[in-house]
Amino acid sequence: MKKDLLSIADLSSEEIYSILDTAEAMREIGERPIKKVPTLRGKTIVNLFYEPSTRTRTSFEVAEKRLSADTLNIAVATSSVVKGETLADTALNIEAMAPDMIVLRHASSGAGHLLSRICRSRIINAGDGMHEHPTQALLDAFTIRQHKERIEGLKVAIVGDLLHSRVLRSNVLLLTRLGAHVWVSGPPTLVPPGIERLGVRVSTSLEQAVADADVIMMLRIQQERMQGAFFPSLREYFSLFGMTVERVKRAKPEVIIMHPGPMNRGVEIASEVADGPYSVILEQVANGVAVRMAVLYLLAGGVEVD
Amino acid sequence: MDADRMGRTLTRIAHEILERNRGVEELALVGIRTRGVPLARRLAQVIREISHHEVPTGARDITLYRDDLMRHAVGAQPVVRRTEIPFSIDDKRILLVDDVLYTGRTIRAALDALVEFGRPRAIQLVVLVDRGHRELPIKADYVGKNLPTAASQSVQVHLREIDGRDAVEIEE
Repeated sequence: MKKDLLSIADLSSEEIYSILDTAEAMREIGERPIKKVPTLRGKTIVNLFYEPSTRTRTSFEVAEKRLSADTLNIAVATSSVVKGETLADTALNIEAMAPDMIVLRHASSGAGHLLSRICRSRIINAGDGMHEHPTQALLDAFTIRQHKERIEGLKVAIVGDLLHSRVLRSNVLLLTRLGAHVWVSGPPTLVPPGIERLGVRVSTSLEQAVADADVIMMLRIQQERMQGAFFPSLREYFSLFGMTVERVKRAKPEVIIMHPGPMNRGVEIASEVADGPYSVILEQVANGVAVRMAVLYLLAGGVEVD
Repeated sequence: MDADRMGRTLTRIAHEILERNRGVEELALVGIRTRGVPLARRLAQVIREISHHEVPTGARDITLYRDDLMRHAVGAQPVVRRTEIPFSIDDKRILLVDDVLYTGRTIRAALDALVEFGRPRAIQLVVLVDRGHRELPIKADYVGKNLPTAASQSVQVHLREIDGRDAVEIEE
């Protein structure tokens, strides 16, 4: 492993499988009466979150605590950032207190790369703008493998707000690297130009994208990142791209439905689907802890020498 | 040590276990990954043949408890494998099984790892080979063979289930 986890693009398929295999062992720790191992005793991990997050931040914190690391959370609303401090200055000040790792969530793409250049601490990207969210893609792959026992050769349909989605980019890089056939679908205004160069098939027909799919991954409509009108109304969006029971039937009978959360019920996904028998959405959350424990453990070791 | 000798050694250890514990009801075997696990299964098999009792058997990976993790600035982390202890260890007499007893650090880690699963009545240590050079105050309760070695040598235990053959060899 490299010093930092910034992008799926930095990982070889061997490294991805090693993270997934390690996560299998980590999952068992969460099933014990004492859900803690001493592995990262004495390590300090800072969770630096510049954007709201429930799932990811809690998941990292639970993972860190299960490995016995000392954790501290910096939520920007209560920090000096509101007084005008830059990201680099904040990072250097935290760095002066000698943490071992910084988990960063930031609204700007590439924020992790900036910190990686100026910090000695290992940096884990927990979502940077519209760029990447690598641990989400890893936990998605872990969940798919749990249900399908493989990733290679599966048809995965990713549907929704493709343009603003860092989850999409990380998932596309990871799934294509492991040999899945990835289809993406959304309204033309929300399809990033050139996306097919990442090795995916694009269709503005949801029906075509999900036909015979093994996995359907829904993406949230990110209204907070939208400046301007990308579609006429949420109701119209749902009627064309919302995942309904009818549309799920076009996929394989044993399809699994995923969503990285938070869900907009009735916008990208119908409640009957989100709570239905094919949904693995809450398993994704549970697996997130195991996968993040694996990433923390593997990154805490030595650095590869070139 | 060849396959025949290894089989007889395990049978002898099984008898010692039964003699010392006067009954098998409270016993449970826990093998330390990797090679302690098949050894624990074989001991369970021998005990079943002698006493017609099934002794619960589990596997413990101790990687996350090692005291030498994070001490190397270079190189990848050791692989973590699954721990499978599908029974409660509370009030059991646990027989911890490993292939080679050397510095004692693995056993130290295994003791830490085990007590997180509950509070056994007792923990006893079974090893196939004791090669000396202890760095911690740890002693085995059942030893297959004492093998005096130099620190520069390495003791390799090969097991049918993993390596395709049964043998204990000393390498220079």
